[in-house]
Amino acid sequence: MTFELPILICWLPALGAVLCGLCCMHRRLRVCAGPICVLSILLPFVVTLVGRERFTGENPTIVHMFNWIHAGRFIADFSYLLDPLTFVMLMVVTGIGTLVAVYACGYMAGDRGYARFFASVALFIFAMTNLVMADNLVLLYLGWEGVGLCSYLLIGYYYDKPSAVKAAKKAFIVNRVGDLGFAIGIFLTYTRYDTVSIAHVLQNVGPAATSWEDHWIPFMLMLGAFGKSAQFPLHVWLPDAMEGPTPVSALIHAATMVTAGVYLIARLMPLFLLSPYALPTVAVVGGLTAFFAATIALCQYDIKRIYAYSTISQLGYMFMGIGVLSTVGGIFHLFTHAFFKALLFLTAGSVIHAMAGQLDLRKMSGLRKKMPWTCGLMFIGCLALAGFPFTAGFYSKDMILAATLERGINHHNIAIIALGVIGLVTALLTALYTFRLWFRVFMGPTEYEMGLDHHGHEEEEEEEADHGGRGDVQVEHIHEPHEVSWLMNGPLLVLAAGALLAGWLGQRHHWMKHMVEHSTAAVADPDEHGVHLHTIMLFVSSAIAIAGIIIAAYFHWLRREAADTVTQRFATVVRVLNNKYYVDKFYDASIVRPLRTAGELCFAIDRLAIGLVVALVGCVPRALGISIQSSQKRTIQGYGLGMAVGVAVILLLMMVMK
Amino acid sequence: MPQALGSLTLSHFLLTGAVLFVLGLIGFLSRRNLIIMFLCTEMMFQGVVLTLVAFSRFQSNYTGQTFVIFVLTIAAAEAAMALGLVVLLFRRKRTLDASVWSALSE
Repeated sequence: MTFELPILICWLPALGAVLCGLCCMHRRLRVCAGPICVLSILLPFVVTLVGRERFTGENPTIVHMFNWIHAGRFIADFSYLLDPLTFVMLMVVTGIGTLVAVYACGYMAGDRGYARFFASVALFIFAMTNLVMADNLVLLYLGWEGVGLCSYLLIGYYYDKPSAVKAAKKAFIVNRVGDLGFAIGIFLTYTRYDTVSIAHVLQNVGPAATSWEDHWIPFMLMLGAFGKSAQFPLHVWLPDAMEGPTPVSALIHAATMVTAGVYLIARLMPLFLLSPYALPTVAVVGGLTAFFAATIALCQYDIKRIYAYSTISQLGYMFMGIGVLSTVGGIFHLFTHAFFKALLFLTAGSVIHAMAGQLDLRKMSGLRKKMPWTCGLMFIGCLALAGFPFTAGFYSKDMILAATLERGINHHNIAIIALGVIGLVTALLTALYTFRLWFRVFMGPTEYEMGLDHHGHEEEEEEEADHGGRGDVQVEHIHEPHEVSWLMNGPLLVLAAGALLAGWLGQRHHWMKHMVEHSTAAVADPDEHGVHLHTIMLFVSSAIAIAGIIIAAYFHWLRREAADTVTQRFATVVRVLNNKYYVDKFYDASIVRPLRTAGELCFAIDRLAIGLVVALVGCVPRALGISIQSSQKRTIQGYGLGMAVGVAVILLLMMVMK
Repeated sequence: MPQALGSLTLSHFLLTGAVLFVLGLIGFLSRRNLIIMFLCTEMMFQGVVLTLVAFSRFQSNYTGQTFVIFVLTIAAAEAAMALGLVVLLFRRKRTLDASVWSALSE
């Protein structure tokens, strides 16, 4: 085992997780968990920046750490693949991770499970860095399942809340469906290429499919990617995952973990190019999910759920980009999305924090005077998400939409053009639902209803009894919306800067293009001589974004009563959207309920048939014991006689038998 | 073998051992006094031990005699414990009568 700097990127968070776990042991130690966690993510970020030459070399670097599984010819080691794509992913994971951890130090302050929270977050970063740095599919799978586990732990963080426990289980189980596909994909890759090392597999990929596995591998891996990245039909877990603390939603369920699916496809792009149907499927599923989730987001009232559907929708964009061979667009959107969606979630977290757990859009209005900073920061995030000109989302979304339309036109493929148009409509919807939320929460007359949750202040209240006096401030604190502390707003400022500038930075000198095209996600551009729509798209998407914002301003700020009229006019549509197209209900009726019934049936059979038999068998010795108990009412001599006679009989028998 | 014992055969020893054993058994079964019962078990022991020695002697195989040394050692230890138990039992009920100890049958 040789020492290499990049190894620290993975293993410092692991150390951090252990230390945070140790901090759980004592109440005094708990406060140390936050800073430890921040450091254990910040240092990898610094290491990534310092060691950036290792990532951006001509050829991918492979760093071998230690042997892990050697079984015959099957080899899976802890070895890491460093290329520009890894670098981009690590920047997102550790950079956003650090900011979210700092924010969480303020957000989770005083919570009962403070140390447990940070231990899970550090563990998550460990798993996620392994995922993006893995050189072989088995290690990637380890990271993949690791992030799934941390997601489960953090969604179910408030484990005394039944809905949180249910959501955690749902996320875990839905992901199993996808991960089964992923696992089969890995098996098939091994049978086809005789190795699981990504570098070796990609070297051996031919120009065209030659065996049946070549067609199946991409579809199986895709299933895993769709599960993790919450694409239709496996999207149902992500909105429910909002039960977790908001920093978790920002980090895991918006910025990093859910993009693992996009990363997987980008990383294994040559495998996906083998099958002529694989990437079009990715594009179609992505595009339709983008539209589908955006329409749902329009009619939700829970602010975190709106952002959750928005995340699903934006992930759909990323898949669409990758599906039309624009891996640059997909990864670029992943990069910019991480900034503005983390910002949006965290500002939403600030609002929820200030409103004592109030999540309902209808119960808050005109908060701009109470929380001016949060208002401004969320505005920046909304602009970036809506794709307002020159913000982060503008550049990347534009790149994806232009690539889709270009490909459709150059290949005379109506379906792909239609997909591009759907993408444009989705862009309008995105601007609409984003600003609907912002105008509703911050504009209009100041009215609000506080939540019931004494979220984050439980421990102080308990301590109040011990120390006395300190409680007054807290009670005041709970009853009035207030601007959050600078510990929370500080990281948001950085994210806001990212949301404004990340697109421009990525675009400048074609940095992102350069990064992606020097990685395994590189795709030769087949349409070099086709039409180029980038310039036109800049104007079209700007116009769409501004139109969306204006419509939202009209209905949700200036004329709120007009929105009600429209809602009544389209009551049926609104009801369908509010019920998320009944997908959850459909799954409930077609899968969950039959399985539950089968489970209950098995339980009943177990109880009645098997349990009864066992109970009866258990009764036999007992009955026997009771029936001969009376014969035991004798003295010691009685027992002695019995024993002597018994021995005599046995001896006699032995003599006779002989 | 000395002349005086020359006329003794294995049967004599075995018979003595058997008599000792049976006497002990009868004593154990018929008496109620804990100490007498205990002594009777010791007598049964001696019957068995005598048989072992006799066999050992007449078959010129010293395993039996070695075994006897062990049995006697353990019997000594057991005697110490058993007498201790008898004393404890006596303290509980102020009697040595074994028939008062029948709680197990309930």
